[in-house]
Amino acid sequence: MKKVILIAGFSAMFSLGAMSQKVYATKTGQVSFDATGTCAEAIKGSNNQVDSKFVDKNGQIIFSVLIKGFKFANALMEDHFNENYMESTKFPKADFKGFITNIAAVNFAKDGTYEVSAKGTLTIDGKGKEMTVPGTVTIENGKPTIKASFNIPLNDFIHGSYIGTQINANAKTTVVCKYE
Amino acid sequence: MKIVFKKQVLALCLVLIVTCKMAIAQDVDLFKSLDEQDKKDKQNQTDYTTAIFKTTRLINGQSIENVGAGILDVKISHRFGTINQGAYGLWGLDAASMRMGVDYGINSKLMVGVGRTNGGLFDGFAKYKLLRQSTGKVNMPVSVSISGSGIWRTQKDNTLNNYTDRFNYSGQVLIARKFNDFISLQLAPTIVHYNSVPTSSTPNDYYSLGMGGRLRITKRVNLTTEYYYRFTKVAGYVNSFSVGVDIETGGHVFQFHFTNSTGMNDRTFINETSDKWSTAGVHFGFNIARVFVIKKPKEIKI
Repeated sequence: MKKVILIAGFSAMFSLGAMSQKVYATKTGQVSFDATGTCAEAIKGSNNQVDSKFVDKNGQIIFSVLIKGFKFANALMEDHFNENYMESTKFPKADFKGFITNIAAVNFAKDGTYEVSAKGTLTIDGKGKEMTVPGTVTIENGKPTIKASFNIPLNDFIHGSYIGTQINANAKTTVVCKYE
Repeated sequence: MKIVFKKQVLALCLVLIVTCKMAIAQDVDLFKSLDEQDKKDKQNQTDYTTAIFKTTRLINGQSIENVGAGILDVKISHRFGTINQGAYGLWGLDAASMRMGVDYGINSKLMVGVGRTNGGLFDGFAKYKLLRQSTGKVNMPVSVSISGSGIWRTQKDNTLNNYTDRFNYSGQVLIARKFNDFISLQLAPTIVHYNSVPTSSTPNDYYSLGMGGRLRITKRVNLTTEYYYRFTKVAGYVNSFSVGVDIETGGHVFQFHFTNSTGMNDRTFINETSDKWSTAGVHFGFNIARVFVIKKPKEIKI
C-alpha cells in the first residue's frame, strides 16, 4: 500500500517537473536582409513566415524559413535569388539550430528586456556554419519577443555562384519573432 | 472494502504515470521536431517550379514565363539580313528589321505587351498562366499558359476592301516542363488567323506546333532552340528554326540567335518565313530586355 502511494507520489512529481517547462512558438516571425553592394539597386529581401520555437528551461532554440518566401521589390531579383544563389529547389529552407547560452538571465515572470546570446548552427544553401549571435529577449505581459541583428558572411554559405562587389558579402540581417 | 480502495489507488497511480509519460513526451527536442517538420512540409507544401525559361520569349515566340507583377519589360529586337550575303553585305548586318516593345505584368498570372516592327506593323498580346508546374502537395507535371495576339498592319495598301483586312490574330497554348535545373522543354500548338488572304483558295486559318527548349550551360548562360512545324502549308514558305544563347546579367537578359525568320510576331515568323537554313539563309539577331519596377509590392516592415 505504502509503496503504491510512493510510486503515485513520484509519478506526480515527475509530471509536475516536466510541466514547468514551456515551449514558446511562432509561425509568423520576420526576417529581412540587406546585401546592397556597389549596385545601384537595393538588394533587400524579407520574409514574414519564420517558424521559430524555443524552450524556456534549457534555451534550446530553432528558426526555420522557406527561401521561396522571401519577397523582393523586383521580381527578377527574386528569381535570381532563388535560382542563381540559394538553389531553393534543392535547399528549400534555411534554419538555425542552437541554444540561448544564458537563458537563465531571462526572468519570464517580469516584464523587461534581457540581453542574450545564441550559439548554434546556421544552415543556408545546404551549408552549415557554427555561429554565435547576440540578441535580446523582451518580456511583455508574459509573452517573449526575440530580436537579433547580425551579419551573415555569404561567402561561407553560397556556393556555385560568384559574389562580386555588386552584392555586399556581409548581408545585414534582422530577425524579429513574437512568441505565443 | 480495502481491496476496492487499493484498486482505486492503483488506478490513480496509473493515470499519474500516463500523464507523466505525456509530460515527458512534451519535453521535446526541438532539433528533432524541426527535422520531422521539414519532412512533413515536403509533402504538405506545394513547391512551385520557377524560372522554366529565362525570359518571356523563347527566341521569336512566347515562352511560358511572364514578367512579374508591376514590372515593365522594355524589349528591343533586331533581325539582320541573311549571312549568305557574305562580306559584301557584311554578312547581313547592313540590313535590319527591328521591333520595339514593352511588356507589363498586371498581376502574377497575367501579362500584356505591345510592340511595333518597322514597316508599320503593330502587335499586342496577352498571356495568362493557367497551371503551374509544382511538386509536393499539388503535383503538377507541366505549366500551361494561353496567349493571344492581334497584329495590325498600318502600311498604305490600296488593294484592301475593308479596314478589318488589316488585322491578323493568333492564339497559342503553351505547355512547358522543367525537367531539372538544366533542361526545360515547351510545346506550343498555335493557330494564326488572317482576316484577308490574296485568293479565295488560300486558307484563312493556319495551324502549327511550336517546339522549343533550353539547356543550361552556367547559371547565367543558356542555349535555346525553337522550331515551328506548320500543318497548314503555303508554297514559298518554310518552317521557322532558330538556335540561340540567353545571357543574363542583373536586370538585363540578352538573347543572341541565328534564325531563318525575320518576323518578330506570331504571324510573320511562323507563317511567313521564306529563307532556308540549307542555303545559309540565316539571320543573326538579338533581343535585349531591361526590366523596370513600376509598382513595388508592399514592403514588410520590421
